[in-house]
Amino acid sequence: MSEIINVQNLVKKYDNNFTAVKNLNLKIRQGEIIALLGPNGAGKTTLISTICGLSSITSGIIKVNGLDVIKDYRKTRELIGLVPQELALEPFEKVINSVKFSRRLFGKKDDNEYIEKLLSKLQLYDKKNNIIKSLSGGMKRRVMIAKALSHDPQILFLDEPTAGVDVELRKDMWSIIKELKNEGVTIILTTHYIEEAEMIADRIGIINHGELLLIEEKRELIKRMSVKTLKVKLKKTLDIIPTKLKKYNLKLIDEGKSFLYYYNTGKERTGITSLLSDMNKIGINLFDIQTEETSLEEIFVKIIKD
Amino acid sequence: MNIRGIHAIYRYEMNRSFRTLIQSLVSPVLSTILYFIVFGAAIGSRMDNISNVSYGAFIVPGLIMLTVQMQSVNNASFGIYFPKFIGTTYELLSAPLSFVEIVIGYVGAATTKAFSIGLIILCTSYLFVDLDIKYPFFMLCFLFITCMTFSLLGFIIGIVSDNFEQLNIVPMLIITPLVFLGGSFYTIDMLPPFWQSFALLNPIVYLISGFRWSFFGVGDVPIFTSIIFMLIFTSICISIIWYIFKTGYKIKN
Repeated sequence: MSEIINVQNLVKKYDNNFTAVKNLNLKIRQGEIIALLGPNGAGKTTLISTICGLSSITSGIIKVNGLDVIKDYRKTRELIGLVPQELALEPFEKVINSVKFSRRLFGKKDDNEYIEKLLSKLQLYDKKNNIIKSLSGGMKRRVMIAKALSHDPQILFLDEPTAGVDVELRKDMWSIIKELKNEGVTIILTTHYIEEAEMIADRIGIINHGELLLIEEKRELIKRMSVKTLKVKLKKTLDIIPTKLKKYNLKLIDEGKSFLYYYNTGKERTGITSLLSDMNKIGINLFDIQTEETSLEEIFVKIIKD
Repeated sequence: MNIRGIHAIYRYEMNRSFRTLIQSLVSPVLSTILYFIVFGAAIGSRMDNISNVSYGAFIVPGLIMLTVQMQSVNNASFGIYFPKFIGTTYELLSAPLSFVEIVIGYVGAATTKAFSIGLIILCTSYLFVDLDIKYPFFMLCFLFITCMTFSLLGFIIGIVSDNFEQLNIVPMLIITPLVFLGGSFYTIDMLPPFWQSFALLNPIVYLISGFRWSFFGVGDVPIFTSIIFMLIFTSICISIIWYIFKTGYKIKN
Protein backbone atom coordinates (compact mmCIF):
# COMPACT_ATOMS: atom_id res chain seq x y z
CA MET A 1 0.00 0.00 0.00
CA SER A 2 1.34 3.45 -0.90
CA GLU A 3 1.64 6.21 1.66
CA ILE A 4 -1.12 8.84 1.55
CA ILE A 5 -0.28 10.97 4.61
CA ASN A 6 3.19 11.77 5.85
CA VAL A 7 3.60 13.87 8.99
CA GLN A 8 7.20 14.88 9.64
CA ASN A 9 8.45 16.45 12.89
CA LEU A 10 5.13 18.16 13.53
CA VAL A 11 5.06 20.65 16.38
CA LYS A 12 1.96 22.55 17.41
CA LYS A 13 2.38 25.20 20.08
CA TYR A 14 -0.49 27.39 21.20
CA ASP A 15 -0.25 31.08 22.08
CA ASN A 16 -0.26 30.22 25.80
CA ASN A 17 2.95 28.22 25.15
CA PHE A 18 1.21 24.88 25.59
CA THR A 19 2.71 22.37 23.18
CA ALA A 20 -0.12 20.11 22.04
CA VAL A 21 1.94 18.10 19.52
CA LYS A 22 5.63 17.42 20.05
CA ASN A 23 7.81 16.51 17.11
CA LEU A 24 5.36 13.91 15.85
CA ASN A 25 6.07 11.64 12.90
CA LEU A 26 3.37 9.54 11.30
CA LYS A 27 2.89 7.76 8.00
CA ILE A 28 -0.53 6.58 6.94
CA ARG A 29 -0.98 4.09 4.13
CA GLN A 30 -3.64 4.32 1.49
CA GLY A 31 -6.76 2.29 2.15
CA GLU A 32 -6.09 1.43 5.78
CA ILE A 33 -8.09 2.17 8.90
CA ILE A 34 -5.93 3.67 11.55
CA ALA A 35 -7.16 4.29 15.07
CA LEU A 36 -5.50 6.93 17.20
CA LEU A 37 -5.96 6.20 20.87
CA GLY A 38 -5.15 8.49 23.71
CA PRO A 39 -6.60 10.10 26.79
CA ASN A 40 -8.32 13.50 26.72
CA GLY A 41 -5.93 16.29 25.78
CA ALA A 42 -3.40 13.86 24.30
CA GLY A 43 -3.19 15.81 21.02
CA LYS A 44 -5.32 13.60 18.77
CA THR A 45 -7.73 16.32 17.67
CA THR A 46 -4.92 18.86 17.28
CA LEU A 47 -3.09 16.44 14.99
CA ILE A 48 -6.19 16.03 12.83
CA SER A 49 -6.83 19.78 12.86
CA THR A 50 -3.37 20.56 11.54
CA ILE A 51 -3.71 18.01 8.73
CA CYS A 52 -7.15 19.32 7.73
CA GLY A 53 -6.30 23.03 7.90
CA LEU A 54 -8.22 23.97 11.04
CA SER A 55 -5.06 24.70 13.02
CA SER A 56 -1.88 26.39 11.95
CA ILE A 57 1.40 24.46 12.18
CA THR A 58 4.20 25.73 14.43
CA SER A 59 6.85 23.65 12.65
CA GLY A 60 7.16 20.47 10.65
CA ILE A 61 5.77 19.24 7.37
CA ILE A 62 2.54 17.49 6.53
CA LYS A 63 2.11 15.91 3.13
CA VAL A 64 -1.07 14.44 1.75
CA ASN A 65 -0.65 12.35 -1.36
CA GLY A 66 2.85 13.82 -1.67
CA LEU A 67 1.61 17.43 -1.55
CA ASP A 68 2.27 19.97 1.17
CA VAL A 69 -0.90 20.86 3.10
CA ILE A 70 0.05 24.54 3.23
CA LYS A 71 1.50 25.19 -0.21
CA ASP A 72 -0.93 22.92 -2.05
CA TYR A 73 -3.86 23.29 0.33
CA ARG A 74 -6.49 23.23 -2.41
CA LYS A 75 -5.34 19.89 -3.80
CA THR A 76 -4.78 18.28 -0.40
CA ARG A 77 -8.10 19.40 1.06
CA GLU A 78 -9.97 18.06 -1.96
CA LEU A 79 -8.78 14.62 -0.90
CA ILE A 80 -9.92 14.93 2.71
CA GLY A 81 -13.27 14.64 4.43
CA LEU A 82 -13.58 15.56 8.09
CA VAL A 83 -16.13 14.58 10.71
CA PRO A 84 -15.37 16.61 13.82
CA GLN A 85 -16.10 15.51 17.34
CA GLU A 86 -18.95 17.96 18.04
CA LEU A 87 -22.26 17.80 16.23
CA ALA A 88 -21.80 21.04 14.31
CA LEU A 89 -24.70 21.49 11.92
CA GLU A 90 -26.91 24.33 10.75
CA PRO A 91 -30.09 23.49 12.68
CA PHE A 92 -32.61 25.12 10.34
CA GLU A 93 -31.33 23.61 7.11
CA LYS A 94 -32.69 20.56 5.29
CA VAL A 95 -30.45 17.49 5.30
CA ILE A 96 -30.08 17.40 1.53
CA ASN A 97 -29.28 21.12 1.27
CA SER A 98 -26.69 20.86 3.99
CA VAL A 99 -24.96 17.95 2.24
CA LYS A 100 -25.11 19.73 -1.14
CA PHE A 101 -23.64 22.86 0.46
CA SER A 102 -20.65 20.86 1.70
CA ARG A 103 -20.07 19.41 -1.77
CA ARG A 104 -20.20 22.85 -3.37
CA LEU A 105 -17.67 24.24 -0.89
CA PHE A 106 -15.21 21.75 -2.34
CA GLY A 107 -15.80 23.21 -5.79
CA LYS A 108 -17.67 20.16 -7.05
CA LYS A 109 -20.62 20.27 -9.43
CA ASP A 110 -23.99 19.22 -8.07
CA ASP A 111 -24.50 15.49 -8.48
CA ASN A 112 -27.91 14.50 -7.23
CA GLU A 113 -27.41 10.84 -8.05
CA TYR A 114 -24.25 10.63 -5.95
CA ILE A 115 -25.77 12.56 -3.06
CA GLU A 116 -28.92 10.44 -3.02
CA LYS A 117 -26.86 7.26 -3.15
CA LEU A 118 -24.77 8.54 -0.27
CA LEU A 119 -27.84 9.39 1.78
CA SER A 120 -29.27 5.93 1.10
CA LYS A 121 -26.04 4.28 2.21
CA LEU A 122 -26.16 6.23 5.47
CA GLN A 123 -29.87 5.47 5.89
CA LEU A 124 -30.71 9.14 5.56
CA TYR A 125 -32.64 9.07 2.31
CA ASP A 126 -36.04 9.14 4.01
CA LYS A 127 -34.93 12.10 6.08
CA LYS A 128 -33.43 14.10 3.22
CA ASN A 129 -36.08 16.82 3.38
CA ASN A 130 -36.17 16.97 7.16
CA ILE A 131 -34.87 19.98 9.01
CA ILE A 132 -31.64 18.98 10.81
CA LYS A 133 -32.96 20.26 14.11
CA SER A 134 -35.67 17.59 14.04
CA LEU A 135 -33.20 14.67 13.76
CA SER A 136 -31.99 12.45 16.58
CA GLY A 137 -28.36 12.61 17.72
CA GLY A 138 -27.50 9.44 15.80
CA MET A 139 -29.04 10.77 12.61
CA LYS A 140 -27.18 14.05 13.01
CA ARG A 141 -23.94 12.07 13.32
CA ARG A 142 -24.81 10.37 10.00
CA VAL A 143 -25.47 13.77 8.41
CA MET A 144 -21.99 14.83 9.53
CA ILE A 145 -20.53 11.77 7.79
CA ALA A 146 -22.62 12.45 4.67
CA LYS A 147 -21.31 16.00 4.57
CA ALA A 148 -17.73 14.79 4.94
CA LEU A 149 -18.23 12.30 2.11
CA SER A 150 -20.20 14.67 -0.13
CA HIS A 151 -17.17 15.48 -2.29
CA ASP A 152 -16.10 11.84 -2.55
CA PRO A 153 -12.82 12.15 -0.60
CA GLN A 154 -10.04 9.57 -0.56
CA ILE A 155 -9.28 10.17 3.10
CA LEU A 156 -11.79 10.42 5.92
CA PHE A 157 -10.98 11.75 9.37
CA LEU A 158 -13.41 10.72 12.08
CA ASP A 159 -12.81 12.46 15.37
CA GLU A 160 -14.48 10.27 17.98
CA PRO A 161 -17.32 9.27 15.66
CA THR A 162 -19.13 7.15 18.21
CA ALA A 163 -18.72 9.34 21.27
CA GLY A 164 -22.01 9.36 23.13
CA VAL A 165 -23.91 7.11 20.73
CA ASP A 166 -25.71 3.93 21.73
CA VAL A 167 -24.29 0.46 21.15
CA GLU A 168 -26.51 -0.31 18.17
CA LEU A 169 -25.62 2.90 16.38
CA ARG A 170 -21.97 2.36 17.18
CA LYS A 171 -22.10 -1.00 15.43
CA ASP A 172 -23.85 0.63 12.47
CA MET A 173 -21.05 3.17 12.32
CA TRP A 174 -18.47 0.40 12.34
CA SER A 175 -20.12 -1.28 9.41
CA ILE A 176 -20.26 2.04 7.52
CA ILE A 177 -16.55 2.56 8.20
CA LYS A 178 -15.72 -0.96 7.03
CA GLU A 179 -17.78 -0.42 3.89
CA LEU A 180 -15.92 2.80 3.16
CA LYS A 181 -12.63 0.99 3.60
CA ASN A 182 -13.77 -1.61 1.09
CA GLU A 183 -14.40 1.24 -1.33
CA GLY A 184 -10.78 2.32 -0.93
CA VAL A 185 -11.20 5.22 1.50
CA THR A 186 -8.37 5.69 3.98
CA ILE A 187 -9.86 6.20 7.42
CA ILE A 188 -8.22 7.83 10.41
CA LEU A 189 -10.29 7.77 13.55
CA THR A 190 -9.66 8.91 17.04
CA THR A 191 -11.46 7.13 19.78
CA HIS A 192 -11.68 6.58 23.50
CA TYR A 193 -13.23 3.19 22.96
CA ILE A 194 -10.50 0.58 22.83
CA GLU A 195 -13.10 -1.94 21.72
CA GLU A 196 -13.75 0.24 18.68
CA ALA A 197 -10.10 0.26 17.70
CA GLU A 198 -9.90 -3.48 18.33
CA MET A 199 -12.92 -4.13 16.14
CA ILE A 200 -12.23 -2.02 13.06
CA ALA A 201 -8.66 -0.72 12.90
CA ASP A 202 -5.84 -2.18 10.84
CA ARG A 203 -3.23 -0.22 12.75
CA ILE A 204 -3.27 1.43 16.11
CA GLY A 205 -1.44 4.54 17.19
CA ILE A 206 -1.23 5.62 20.80
CA ILE A 207 -0.78 9.32 21.54
CA ASN A 208 -0.14 10.90 24.90
CA HIS A 209 1.11 14.37 25.85
CA GLY A 210 1.42 15.25 22.17
CA GLU A 211 3.75 12.35 21.40
CA LEU A 212 3.10 9.31 19.31
CA LEU A 213 4.08 6.54 21.71
CA LEU A 214 3.67 3.78 19.18
CA ILE A 215 2.00 2.87 15.94
CA GLU A 216 1.67 -0.76 15.00
CA GLU A 217 -0.45 -3.33 13.22
CA LYS A 218 -3.27 -4.19 15.58
CA ARG A 219 -2.64 -7.93 15.53
CA GLU A 220 1.11 -7.49 15.97
CA LEU A 221 0.57 -5.11 18.85
CA ILE A 222 -1.76 -7.43 20.66
CA LYS A 223 0.56 -10.35 20.01
CA ARG A 224 3.67 -8.46 21.09
CA MET A 225 2.27 -6.79 24.13
CA SER A 226 -0.17 -9.44 25.14
CA VAL A 227 0.56 -11.17 28.44
CA LYS A 228 -1.44 -14.31 29.07
CA THR A 229 -2.22 -15.59 32.51
CA LEU A 230 -2.21 -19.29 33.29
CA LYS A 231 -4.24 -20.16 36.35
CA VAL A 232 -3.34 -23.54 37.85
CA LYS A 233 -5.69 -25.11 40.41
CA LEU A 234 -3.92 -27.56 42.69
CA LYS A 235 -5.10 -30.83 44.18
CA LYS A 236 -3.34 -30.00 47.47
CA THR A 237 -2.99 -26.57 49.05
CA LEU A 238 0.48 -24.93 49.08
CA ASP A 239 1.73 -22.66 51.90
CA ILE A 240 4.60 -21.20 49.88
CA ILE A 241 5.94 -21.54 46.36
CA PRO A 242 8.53 -24.37 46.34
CA THR A 243 12.13 -23.26 45.70
CA LYS A 244 12.31 -25.23 42.44
CA LEU A 245 9.41 -23.18 41.02
CA LYS A 246 10.58 -19.74 42.20
CA LYS A 247 12.13 -18.92 38.79
CA TYR A 248 8.63 -18.84 37.28
CA ASN A 249 7.51 -15.87 39.45
CA LEU A 250 4.30 -17.63 40.42
CA LYS A 251 1.67 -15.91 42.49
CA LEU A 252 -0.25 -17.93 45.05
CA ILE A 253 -3.95 -17.17 45.27
CA ASP A 254 -7.16 -18.65 46.76
CA GLU A 255 -5.34 -19.42 50.04
CA GLY A 256 -2.83 -21.62 48.28
CA LYS A 257 -5.35 -23.62 46.28
CA SER A 258 -4.19 -22.03 42.99
CA PHE A 259 -1.35 -20.02 41.51
CA LEU A 260 -0.96 -17.67 38.55
CA TYR A 261 1.74 -17.84 35.91
CA TYR A 262 2.26 -14.95 33.45
CA TYR A 263 3.70 -15.57 30.02
CA ASN A 264 4.12 -13.69 26.76
CA THR A 265 2.63 -15.26 23.65
CA GLY A 266 4.94 -13.19 21.47
CA LYS A 267 8.01 -15.08 22.74
CA GLU A 268 9.28 -18.29 21.22
CA ARG A 269 8.93 -20.23 24.49
CA THR A 270 6.12 -19.65 26.90
CA GLY A 271 7.67 -21.74 29.69
CA ILE A 272 4.44 -23.66 30.31
CA THR A 273 5.86 -27.07 29.39
CA SER A 274 8.86 -26.71 31.70
CA LEU A 275 6.66 -25.39 34.52
CA LEU A 276 4.34 -28.41 34.27
CA SER A 277 7.35 -30.72 34.01
CA ASP A 278 8.99 -29.18 37.13
CA MET A 279 5.68 -29.44 39.02
CA ASN A 280 5.52 -33.10 38.12
CA LYS A 281 9.11 -33.65 39.27
CA ILE A 282 8.47 -32.29 42.76
CA GLY A 283 5.12 -34.04 43.08
CA ILE A 284 2.69 -31.14 42.77
CA ASN A 285 -0.43 -32.37 41.04
CA LEU A 286 -2.75 -30.05 39.19
CA PHE A 287 -6.50 -30.20 39.37
CA ASP A 288 -7.44 -27.81 36.57
CA ILE A 289 -5.88 -25.11 34.37
CA GLN A 290 -7.31 -22.08 32.59
CA THR A 291 -5.87 -19.12 30.59
CA GLU A 292 -6.85 -15.47 30.25
CA GLU A 293 -5.66 -13.04 27.58
CA THR A 294 -4.77 -9.37 28.10
CA SER A 295 -7.13 -7.06 26.25
CA LEU A 296 -6.05 -4.13 24.11
CA GLU A 297 -7.44 -1.96 26.85
CA GLU A 298 -4.95 -3.36 29.34
CA ILE A 299 -2.15 -2.87 26.81
CA PHE A 300 -3.25 0.71 26.27
CA VAL A 301 -3.32 1.44 29.99
CA LYS A 302 0.12 -0.14 30.41
CA ILE A 303 1.65 1.96 27.59
CA ILE A 304 0.11 5.19 28.84
CA LYS A 305 1.31 4.46 32.40
CA ASP A 306 4.83 3.56 31.26
CA MET B 1 -10.38 30.22 -7.93
CA ASN B 2 -13.08 28.12 -6.27
CA ILE B 3 -16.08 29.83 -7.88
CA ARG B 4 -18.50 27.09 -6.81
CA GLY B 5 -17.32 27.42 -3.23
CA ILE B 6 -17.87 31.20 -3.28
CA HIS B 7 -21.27 30.69 -4.87
CA ALA B 8 -22.17 28.09 -2.23
CA ILE B 9 -21.49 30.54 0.61
CA TYR B 10 -23.23 33.38 -1.23
CA ARG B 11 -26.29 31.27 -2.03
CA TYR B 12 -26.44 29.87 1.46
CA GLU B 13 -26.38 33.35 2.99
CA MET B 14 -29.00 34.66 0.56
CA ASN B 15 -31.24 31.67 1.32
CA ARG B 16 -30.92 32.41 5.01
CA SER B 17 -32.31 35.87 4.34
CA PHE B 18 -35.19 34.49 2.30
CA ARG B 19 -36.02 32.15 5.18
CA THR B 20 -36.29 35.17 7.44
CA LEU B 21 -37.76 37.59 4.93
CA ILE B 22 -39.70 39.63 7.48
CA GLN B 23 -36.63 40.26 9.58
CA SER B 24 -34.32 40.75 6.60
CA LEU B 25 -36.40 42.94 4.34
CA VAL B 26 -39.76 44.01 5.69
CA SER B 27 -38.44 45.23 9.03
CA PRO B 28 -35.85 47.75 7.73
CA VAL B 29 -38.22 49.00 5.03
CA LEU B 30 -41.01 49.50 7.57
CA SER B 31 -38.66 51.38 9.92
CA THR B 32 -37.62 53.68 7.10
CA ILE B 33 -41.25 54.33 6.13
CA LEU B 34 -41.89 55.34 9.73
CA TYR B 35 -38.94 57.76 9.55
CA PHE B 36 -40.45 59.26 6.39
CA ILE B 37 -43.82 59.67 8.07
CA VAL B 38 -42.40 61.21 11.24
CA PHE B 39 -39.47 63.29 9.93
CA GLY B 40 -40.58 63.78 6.35
CA ALA B 41 -44.33 64.34 6.53
CA ALA B 42 -45.08 65.35 10.13
CA ILE B 43 -42.01 67.38 11.14
CA GLY B 44 -40.59 68.00 7.66
CA SER B 45 -43.69 69.90 6.48
CA ARG B 46 -42.89 72.59 9.07
CA MET B 47 -39.19 72.79 8.14
CA ASP B 48 -37.57 75.18 5.63
CA ASN B 49 -35.90 73.86 2.52
CA ILE B 50 -32.23 72.96 2.94
CA SER B 51 -30.00 73.94 0.00
CA ASN B 52 -33.17 74.38 -2.08
CA VAL B 53 -34.26 70.82 -1.31
CA SER B 54 -37.43 70.01 0.64
CA TYR B 55 -36.68 68.49 4.05
CA GLY B 56 -38.52 65.29 3.10
CA ALA B 57 -36.26 64.80 0.06
CA PHE B 58 -33.19 65.97 1.98
CA ILE B 59 -33.38 63.13 4.47
CA VAL B 60 -33.71 60.39 1.81
CA PRO B 61 -29.94 59.86 1.30
CA GLY B 62 -29.38 59.95 5.07
CA LEU B 63 -32.12 57.41 5.71
CA ILE B 64 -30.80 55.10 3.01
CA MET B 65 -27.30 55.38 4.45
CA LEU B 66 -28.57 54.82 7.97
CA THR B 67 -30.32 51.62 6.95
CA VAL B 68 -27.73 50.15 4.60
CA GLN B 69 -24.88 50.76 7.01
CA MET B 70 -26.70 49.01 9.82
CA GLN B 71 -27.92 46.22 7.55
CA SER B 72 -24.49 45.62 6.05
CA VAL B 73 -22.88 45.37 9.46
CA ASN B 74 -25.63 43.19 10.94
CA ASN B 75 -25.86 40.80 7.99
CA ALA B 76 -22.14 40.29 7.59
CA SER B 77 -21.39 40.02 11.30
CA PHE B 78 -24.18 37.51 11.92
CA GLY B 79 -23.32 35.64 8.71
CA ILE B 80 -19.84 34.71 9.93
CA TYR B 81 -20.55 34.72 13.66
CA PHE B 82 -23.36 32.13 13.48
CA PRO B 83 -21.16 29.40 11.93
CA LYS B 84 -18.59 30.20 14.61
CA PHE B 85 -21.27 29.93 17.27
CA ILE B 86 -22.61 26.56 16.07
CA GLY B 87 -19.16 25.26 15.17
CA THR B 88 -19.59 24.87 11.41
CA THR B 89 -16.59 27.03 10.48
CA TYR B 90 -14.63 23.78 10.34
CA GLU B 91 -16.30 23.22 6.96
CA LEU B 92 -14.99 26.49 5.56
CA LEU B 93 -11.50 25.98 6.92
CA SER B 94 -11.18 22.39 5.73
CA ALA B 95 -12.55 23.17 2.25
CA PRO B 96 -10.25 24.19 -0.63
CA LEU B 97 -11.17 27.85 -0.19
CA SER B 98 -8.79 30.78 0.18
CA PHE B 99 -9.57 33.51 2.70
CA VAL B 100 -10.36 35.89 -0.16
CA GLU B 101 -12.99 33.46 -1.44
CA ILE B 102 -14.57 33.10 1.99
CA VAL B 103 -14.73 36.89 2.37
CA ILE B 104 -16.18 37.32 -1.13
CA GLY B 105 -18.92 34.80 -0.30
CA TYR B 106 -19.99 36.34 3.01
CA VAL B 107 -19.34 40.00 2.24
CA GLY B 108 -20.83 39.61 -1.24
CA ALA B 109 -24.07 38.27 0.20
CA ALA B 110 -24.26 40.95 2.91
CA THR B 111 -23.52 43.65 0.32
CA THR B 112 -26.22 42.33 -2.01
CA LYS B 113 -28.80 42.30 0.79
CA ALA B 114 -27.98 45.80 2.01
CA PHE B 115 -27.77 47.19 -1.53
CA SER B 116 -31.17 45.68 -2.38
CA ILE B 117 -32.68 47.15 0.77
CA GLY B 118 -31.16 50.54 -0.10
CA LEU B 119 -32.77 50.42 -3.55
CA ILE B 120 -36.12 49.34 -2.10
CA ILE B 121 -36.03 52.26 0.34
CA LEU B 122 -35.15 54.60 -2.50
CA CYS B 123 -38.15 53.34 -4.49
CA THR B 124 -40.34 53.61 -1.37
CA SER B 125 -39.26 57.22 -0.84
CA TYR B 126 -40.81 58.16 -4.19
CA LEU B 127 -44.17 57.40 -2.55
CA PHE B 128 -43.55 60.17 0.00
CA VAL B 129 -41.42 62.84 -1.67
CA ASP B 130 -40.53 64.29 -5.07
CA LEU B 131 -36.99 63.22 -5.74
CA ASP B 132 -34.62 64.00 -8.57
CA ILE B 133 -31.26 62.25 -8.50
CA LYS B 134 -28.55 64.43 -10.06
CA TYR B 135 -25.85 61.75 -10.50
CA PRO B 136 -27.66 58.37 -10.52
CA PHE B 137 -24.67 56.28 -11.63
CA PHE B 138 -22.39 57.82 -9.02
CA MET B 139 -25.18 57.33 -6.44
CA LEU B 140 -25.38 53.61 -7.24
CA CYS B 141 -21.58 53.23 -7.11
CA PHE B 142 -21.36 55.09 -3.81
CA LEU B 143 -24.20 53.07 -2.35
CA PHE B 144 -22.59 49.83 -3.46
CA ILE B 145 -19.17 50.72 -2.04
CA THR B 146 -20.75 51.83 1.24
CA CYS B 147 -22.60 48.51 1.51
CA MET B 148 -19.43 46.59 0.72
CA THR B 149 -17.26 48.53 3.17
CA PHE B 150 -19.72 48.20 6.03
CA SER B 151 -20.13 44.52 5.20
CA LEU B 152 -16.36 44.18 5.54
CA LEU B 153 -16.61 45.94 8.88
CA GLY B 154 -19.45 43.62 9.91
CA PHE B 155 -17.36 40.61 8.87
CA ILE B 156 -14.55 41.82 11.15
CA ILE B 157 -17.00 42.31 14.03
CA GLY B 158 -18.40 38.79 13.47
CA ILE B 159 -14.91 37.29 13.57
CA VAL B 160 -13.67 39.05 16.68
CA SER B 161 -16.90 38.65 18.68
CA ASP B 162 -16.95 35.87 21.24
CA ASN B 163 -20.64 36.14 22.12
CA PHE B 164 -23.90 37.74 20.98
CA GLU B 165 -23.42 40.69 23.32
CA GLN B 166 -20.11 41.60 21.72
CA LEU B 167 -21.69 41.12 18.31
CA ASN B 168 -24.20 43.87 19.12
CA ILE B 169 -21.93 46.25 21.00
CA VAL B 170 -20.24 47.86 17.99
CA PRO B 171 -23.40 48.27 15.86
CA MET B 172 -25.52 49.53 18.76
CA LEU B 173 -23.10 51.58 20.78
CA ILE B 174 -20.77 52.90 18.11
CA ILE B 175 -22.25 52.75 14.61
CA THR B 176 -25.83 53.78 15.47
CA PRO B 177 -24.84 56.97 17.35
CA LEU B 178 -22.28 57.87 14.66
CA VAL B 179 -24.86 57.40 11.90
CA PHE B 180 -27.51 59.43 13.73
CA LEU B 181 -25.00 62.18 14.45
CA GLY B 182 -23.47 61.93 10.97
CA GLY B 183 -25.92 64.26 9.28
CA SER B 184 -28.69 61.86 8.31
CA PHE B 185 -31.33 64.39 9.32
CA TYR B 186 -29.42 67.69 9.14
CA THR B 187 -26.45 69.41 7.56
CA ILE B 188 -23.37 70.04 9.61
CA ASP B 189 -23.69 73.81 9.24
CA MET B 190 -26.96 73.62 11.16
CA LEU B 191 -24.92 72.76 14.27
CA PRO B 192 -23.30 75.36 16.59
CA PRO B 193 -19.68 76.17 15.52
CA PHE B 194 -18.04 74.02 18.22
CA TRP B 195 -20.11 70.97 17.30
CA GLN B 196 -19.46 71.54 13.60
CA SER B 197 -15.73 70.89 14.00
CA PHE B 198 -16.50 68.06 16.41
CA ALA B 199 -18.88 66.50 13.87
CA LEU B 200 -16.10 66.43 11.27
CA LEU B 201 -14.35 63.84 13.42
CA ASN B 202 -17.27 61.52 12.73
CA PRO B 203 -16.33 59.35 9.73
CA ILE B 204 -19.97 58.76 8.82
CA VAL B 205 -20.37 62.49 8.00
CA TYR B 206 -18.14 62.03 4.95
CA LEU B 207 -20.12 59.07 3.68
CA ILE B 208 -23.55 60.66 4.10
CA SER B 209 -22.25 63.89 2.59
CA GLY B 210 -20.88 62.08 -0.45
CA PHE B 211 -24.08 60.14 -0.94
CA ARG B 212 -26.20 63.29 -0.57
CA TRP B 213 -23.99 65.01 -3.14
CA SER B 214 -24.93 62.33 -5.67
CA PHE B 215 -28.60 63.22 -5.13
CA PHE B 216 -28.52 67.01 -4.96
CA GLY B 217 -25.02 68.11 -6.00
CA VAL B 218 -24.33 69.53 -2.52
CA GLY B 219 -22.76 68.06 0.60
CA ASP B 220 -21.23 68.98 3.93
CA VAL B 221 -17.72 68.31 2.65
CA PRO B 222 -16.26 68.32 -0.89
CA ILE B 223 -17.09 65.15 -2.81
CA PHE B 224 -13.41 64.25 -3.30
CA THR B 225 -12.93 64.30 0.44
CA SER B 226 -15.81 61.85 0.75
CA ILE B 227 -14.38 59.58 -1.94
CA ILE B 228 -10.89 59.61 -0.43
CA PHE B 229 -12.33 58.93 2.99
CA MET B 230 -14.40 56.04 1.64
CA LEU B 231 -11.30 54.52 -0.01
CA ILE B 232 -9.29 54.86 3.20
CA PHE B 233 -12.08 53.24 5.23
CA THR B 234 -12.38 50.36 2.73
CA SER B 235 -8.61 49.86 2.73
CA ILE B 236 -8.48 49.73 6.53
CA CYS B 237 -11.24 47.08 6.63
CA ILE B 238 -9.53 44.98 3.93
CA SER B 239 -6.19 45.25 5.77
CA ILE B 240 -7.73 44.09 9.06
CA ILE B 241 -9.42 41.12 7.35
CA TRP B 242 -6.16 40.25 5.60
CA TYR B 243 -4.40 40.29 8.99
CA ILE B 244 -7.12 38.12 10.56
CA PHE B 245 -6.80 35.42 7.92
CA LYS B 246 -3.04 35.70 7.70
CA THR B 247 -2.64 35.09 11.42
CA GLY B 248 -5.76 32.96 11.86
CA TYR B 249 -6.84 35.32 14.67
CA LYS B 250 -10.04 33.99 16.25
CA ILE B 251 -10.48 31.59 13.33
CA LYS B 252 -7.75 29.01 13.48
CA ASN B 253 -6.45 27.50 16.67
